[in-house]
Amino acid sequence: MFANHKYIAFETIVIKEIRRFSRIWLQTLVPPAITIALYFVIFGNLVGRRIGEMGGFQYMDFIMPGLIMMSVIQNSYSNVVSSFFSQKFQKTVEEVLVAPVPNYVILSGVIVGGMARGLAVGAIVTMLALFFSDLRIEHPLITVAVVLLTSAVFSLAGFINAVFANSFDDISIIPTFVLTPLIYLGGVFYSVQLLPTFWQVVSGLNPIFYMVNTFRYGILGSSDVDVYWAFLILGVFIVGLYSSCIWLLRNGKGIRT
Amino acid sequence: MTTAISITDLKKTYVNGFEALKGISLEVQQGDFFALLGPNGAGKSTTIGVISTLVKRSSGSVKVFGKNVDTHVYDTKLDLGVVPQEINFNQFEKVQDIVITQAGYYGLPRTLARERAEKYLRKLGLWEKRNDRSRLLSGGMKRRLMIARALAHEPRLLILDEPTAGVDIELRRSMWEFLTEINEGGTTIILTTHYLEEAEQLCRNIAIIDEGLIIENTSMRNLLEELDSQTFILDSPVEIGTVPNFNFKDVSVCKVDNKCIEVTIAAGRNVNEVFAELDRLGIEVSSMRNKTNRLEQLFMSRLNENGLK
Repeated sequence: MFANHKYIAFETIVIKEIRRFSRIWLQTLVPPAITIALYFVIFGNLVGRRIGEMGGFQYMDFIMPGLIMMSVIQNSYSNVVSSFFSQKFQKTVEEVLVAPVPNYVILSGVIVGGMARGLAVGAIVTMLALFFSDLRIEHPLITVAVVLLTSAVFSLAGFINAVFANSFDDISIIPTFVLTPLIYLGGVFYSVQLLPTFWQVVSGLNPIFYMVNTFRYGILGSSDVDVYWAFLILGVFIVGLYSSCIWLLRNGKGIRT
Repeated sequence: MTTAISITDLKKTYVNGFEALKGISLEVQQGDFFALLGPNGAGKSTTIGVISTLVKRSSGSVKVFGKNVDTHVYDTKLDLGVVPQEINFNQFEKVQDIVITQAGYYGLPRTLARERAEKYLRKLGLWEKRNDRSRLLSGGMKRRLMIARALAHEPRLLILDEPTAGVDIELRRSMWEFLTEINEGGTTIILTTHYLEEAEQLCRNIAIIDEGLIIENTSMRNLLEELDSQTFILDSPVEIGTVPNFNFKDVSVCKVDNKCIEVTIAAGRNVNEVFAELDRLGIEVSSMRNKTNRLEQLFMSRLNENGLK
């Protein structure tokens, strides 16, 4: 397949993915915005005023990067898992499988679609945050890089979930029982410095902890983790998950009988 | 003549142990209109699945226009258009978007994709519905949409897996005309169908598959010539008294009702002679039809023979 044909195929998949979540914006874009706005109002504004400072910042300012990152993670993941599983379930995935589209183009298109939703929701939440806090970005490059890479990691993870899922229950188990606890324990609402040493070490095993803190470093200039270490972890996850996804596609796991 | 598709000793055993294909070999020539017939579960859809790479074969090889589907993935897929048995497009997408998206998967630029979508949606009578969500289409329209989608990249080989299932006779005939037109335009067509009249009318060559094996592979003409006899239903405008006594030993007659008789004529017997005999006996014939479809008769006999083995 010529390079320009591959690009057209890639663009087609991305457009299709974006059209899908845009068409059902009441299910995909509005609910996360409302949920995060409530977090801002309740935790940031009402409870936050009594908490005072966290990690050297007003509580609202402290939780804002974590809440933006939470929305990016959840939406990147859920877009890919629900879109690709639906394609499997309805057999519409066959449309692209019978076409001469290389596996890496299929994967890249689906992943960029997931990232697009994660970033769209992240942008909406960031705009909402402006009503509650004066947003200053200390390290724009780090902020953009970490949000893009994190969104890619969870889009890839969502793809693996979709490949193995056999029912609609299977696509909600990981987000409910794994992703949400990891996000909540990833330092979104508190500084890890508040925890006893043992739990600080345990937090260090949670990859989301690094992503949230690096994003916080990008916005506030302060973090509980070493930023370079965080980027290394993100890189390892992307390479590992991407390779796994390509292997699954090549072997037709869950999509070719 | 170039071979459009060449299948050699194709075997497929599913993970549950079901042996869907037990080593089939088949060739379809370029430009042919080929029927792949068989009862449910015979292996037709599995064969199509293997050709289109949706089903992983256990062994054997598949070549499309002389190129192996494993080593020439891009070329072979570009040459192939598949209309599956089950509806497999996103039912929430607009009709036109489905065709444009499929063209995009084959690397067609957006402008060309739009032109192709218009061309085939118009040809298949769906242009007026182009902005409708596809779930709102009738069953027949959905099937036509799948044909338009498969043709978006203008493949040299089109495989249709029961494209007229559940489609009313009027629509079916218009689809036959369309398929004949694109076949005459040079597209090789492989068709699976349960409507044997459809296969007889459209296809020049035929393979019958049963229990994962090809049990017949010949031209439609050769196959039909193998018929031992044909049974016709003859209607008369006036009442027929007693059952007429024919002079021919290879023709048998029985009465269906007062104005209708059933005549079975052995292969080789001139039908004109039968009519002359009817005339001699004073039986007026106003209309005539086959009792069963000729291909159906042969199809059932082949399946029965295979079942006895």
